[in-house]
Amino acid sequence: MKAKHQRLVLVLLALVALIGAALLAIYALRNQASYFYLPEQMEADPPQVGQAVRLGGMVAPGSLATMPDGITVTFTVTGREDSAIAVRYAGILPDLFVEGSGVVAEGRLGADGTFVADNLLAKHDENYVPRELEGMSEHQAAEMAEETTVGLE
Amino acid sequence: MHGFANPKRFLALAGWLTPVLLVGGILLTAGALGWGFTQVPPDRLMGDTVRILFIHVPTAWLGMGGWTAIAVSSLVFLVWRHPLAAIAARGAAVPGLVFTLICLATGSIWGRPTWGTWWVWDGRLTSMLVLAFLYIAYIALAQSAQREGVSARIPAIFGLLGAINIPIINRSVVWWNSLHQPPSITMGKSAIDSEFLVPLLFAVVGFSLIFGGVVLARMRALLADIQAEARLRRRAMEAD
Repeated sequence: MKAKHQRLVLVLLALVALIGAALLAIYALRNQASYFYLPEQMEADPPQVGQAVRLGGMVAPGSLATMPDGITVTFTVTGREDSAIAVRYAGILPDLFVEGSGVVAEGRLGADGTFVADNLLAKHDENYVPRELEGMSEHQAAEMAEETTVGLE
Repeated sequence: MHGFANPKRFLALAGWLTPVLLVGGILLTAGALGWGFTQVPPDRLMGDTVRILFIHVPTAWLGMGGWTAIAVSSLVFLVWRHPLAAIAARGAAVPGLVFTLICLATGSIWGRPTWGTWWVWDGRLTSMLVLAFLYIAYIALAQSAQREGVSARIPAIFGLLGAINIPIINRSVVWWNSLHQPPSITMGKSAIDSEFLVPLLFAVVGFSLIFGGVVLARMRALLADIQAEARLRRRAMEAD
């Protein structure tokens, strides 16, 4: 075995050990490193009442309501599964906060099971769509995109 | 491959390739950004803020690409002991840091109107900040190794160790719940409408050419630096 090959084997072994250590660390961190709870995670393993946590998910369409005082809003946050948590928030809503869009609420779980938020962050999803295509079905949008790009081919 | 590893042949090649990459990259990037800033329609939710995408995404990819280059060059240097590989790793460090910082700054500016905050400590943002710190540490280490005459193996080992952060940045939005959105562009699929995607791809190519040009320029400067130092040392020996 040449010295060059010895070094190659040594470096590769070190890399394998390093990746193994990193994977173990990531596995240990898998819950702590999440920025927020999904509703199903919060229902399965509820945090203590009054403990500061974040709740993230979708604002359920049709659930947004303004209270008579004009600043308090309530809405429901849904996750990937069939679970929902009611949220109450008093304050200025972010520009991108709309029903059917993502949200991260910072606050605490109340004794009645309602999440009381001190701060809301709008979560943007991975889709980037121009304004003209808004509200079209996916099929229509694809058709229109095809029409507009024909000249480029 | 081994032909270009000869420093003299490398310098001859880099001599004309550097300006070609830089000029081509600047023209392409300027065109892509001009297109993206003026011709592309606003996003349905983000409005005009979406235009920052054309700087944020290429700089983010190149910030990560820079460390990947450091890691590969370091591996080549450690195994095959080729001095030019160590120079290549050092050449990628400064542009990598600059692109990472641009990515962090543009992301922060985008986050304020979109999320409602300049900064959060979620997985993606934190791991990207760690990358910037790794770059700073690597640059300091490589510089002091040269100045103190210590083997370039120490920064090379650090370059390999730091590479573990790259897949973490890439997967952070998939493994953990994060405020940053999941990847829009995955193998063969894009959630970005073609009106945004085409100028984005041009910007990626343009920024990559600039990155390559800067790396070559940095490598030439580092080689000149080493040569000058060796010459001074020789002259000092003769004078004694």
